Amino acid sequence: MSIIWSMISKRLALGLLTLFVISIIIFGATELLPGDLAKNILGQSATPETVAAFRKELGLDLPAHTRYINWLLGALHGDFGTSLANKRPIADLIATRLSNTLFLALYAAAIAIPLSLTLGILAALYRNSIFDRAANAMALTSISFPEFFVAYILIFVLAQSGWFPSMARMDASTTFTEALYRTFLPALTLTLVVTAHMMRMTRAALINLLASPYIEMARLKGMSPARVILKHALPNALAPIITVVALNLAYLITGVVVVEAVFVYPGLGQLMVDSVSKRDFPVVQAVALIFAAAYVLLNLTADVLSTLSNPRLIHRK
Amino acid sequence: MSFLIALFWIAVAIAGALTAGWLFLKIAASVTRGGTARALRSAPVTAGFGMLVILLYILVALLAPVIAPYAEREVVGAQFLPWDSTHLLGTDNLGRDMFTRLVYGARNTVGIAFLTTALAFSIGSILGLLAATVGGWMDQVLSRIVDILMAIPSLIFSLLLLTIFGTSVVTLILVIATIDSTRVFRLARSVALNIVVMDYIEAAKLRGEGLWRLITREILPNALAPLVAEFGLRFCFVFLMISALSFLGVGIQPPTADWGSMVKDNAALITFGDVTPLLPAGAIALLTVAVNFVVDWMLHRASGLKE
Repeated sequence: MSIIWSMISKRLALGLLTLFVISIIIFGATELLPGDLAKNILGQSATPETVAAFRKELGLDLPAHTRYINWLLGALHGDFGTSLANKRPIADLIATRLSNTLFLALYAAAIAIPLSLTLGILAALYRNSIFDRAANAMALTSISFPEFFVAYILIFVLAQSGWFPSMARMDASTTFTEALYRTFLPALTLTLVVTAHMMRMTRAALINLLASPYIEMARLKGMSPARVILKHALPNALAPIITVVALNLAYLITGVVVVEAVFVYPGLGQLMVDSVSKRDFPVVQAVALIFAAAYVLLNLTADVLSTLSNPRLIHRK
Repeated sequence: MSFLIALFWIAVAIAGALTAGWLFLKIAASVTRGGTARALRSAPVTAGFGMLVILLYILVALLAPVIAPYAEREVVGAQFLPWDSTHLLGTDNLGRDMFTRLVYGARNTVGIAFLTTALAFSIGSILGLLAATVGGWMDQVLSRIVDILMAIPSLIFSLLLLTIFGTSVVTLILVIATIDSTRVFRLARSVALNIVVMDYIEAAKLRGEGLWRLITREILPNALAPLVAEFGLRFCFVFLMISALSFLGVGIQPPTADWGSMVKDNAALITFGDVTPLLPAGAIALLTVAVNFVVDWMLHRASGLKE
């Protein structure tokens, strides 16, 4: 047991280090801009007084490392500073939107993961059949589709006839079942986008294993194909499957940005996109940090889980 | 019933596409000779279709002013006109001809995506080959930088950089090329690492070949096949990313005709049952599918895989 714990704590430390370096990049990127940040944002027409006042407001008169430490300590306490555009505390802007985005991503994951695993197993079981070929062609096609194309096709087909709302408005009074109904189309879009990849990887991982001698042995002793896959192949294919599921969950986090924009869903992605065009960089930095943290955390979980699923990786020499 | 009709048309479209691909392969194989013709004759129909579509896009992009009936930014009528003979696909939210914008979009969107991919590729493969050949601290430094950059989701990172540097075509190309070059670096380095340890490289080094000659003459030719296939895949990613950014309003800026922003600007029509805004999105999807088909075939050929 202690080997496992030391492995997990090592990975966790590595993840924290990665996150720390990422936070430096996210903060430091503003320093890359040639010339003065305040002048750059205010534009050419700004008077020297307004520029000076703006610099003071941003804290640009302090040295960069002091500002970075203040920013990081604030972020650790949930205080990301104030937005440039509307002067509200960023933490307030983020609070409800973060839970909305998480809700949407989890909703999509809850549909996508069982669906793609089932399809992948079936495709491996009946490989080279018409079902397998059709699933493969569909997967290749849906990988090539931009998210907004999928989203608008769904709106065209399902929202126009009035079955589902094309806009996913959310407020405090929305009940859980109503939220599920309203966010069905965005969740379905995300599902379609990630299912293809997960399905293909599940199929590939299983088919790789099916070529190994012990599977042949299982077949020769007269096991049914379904039993061979479920009992013998699947446990050994868990590591690559977990990795690809986590990768796709991480992908969901970024895919959410576009889908939120299509369905006018009040989530973090929408906030980020709005802030980019306003060049409201404190908000963008805060949201980027949250997205990056989620991304790192998911990859870390995948790493730990896939190691745990394979005893040979735990007791590596 | 309408579902069945839609299904029928999809089947017709797929059959038509496959026939077109098959015909294209036959014609292409008959006008070329030698190894190319032999390769084309054994190519799957999907690859033929892919090549045909790519060729059509290139033609449309090059001949845009000839094909388009109006100028790119010309306002030619009322807003959101329906399809008719003067405005083939109607007009957009500002009264510009939709068909014209679609044609010019091929030039702008595809052109910018191609340029970005080429830039990402030059940076990534040169640094990747260099890291693998020189090794030591240079490899360590470059690899660690790339590791960190890849730990940030690319769409999020590009949104952050675009906020800081502002949204213009030049910054868009530079930002996405930088982010994407990290992925190319990974591949180029891992491919080159397998080549660098071979005996003939040792011989070339002993003969006194310089670093540049070693990379371009000895390593690059043997690393080319996976890199070319990767170019196709990267192009798809870059193309989708630029379209997504343009769709979000922070990519290619108006009044330049661009497929991503065309979808965004005319999206309101979809809820009224008009398919026009889906056309630019479909154009993006079609090209990506086509490139994927061709890449699939090339990968298959390069690895000599037979299922």
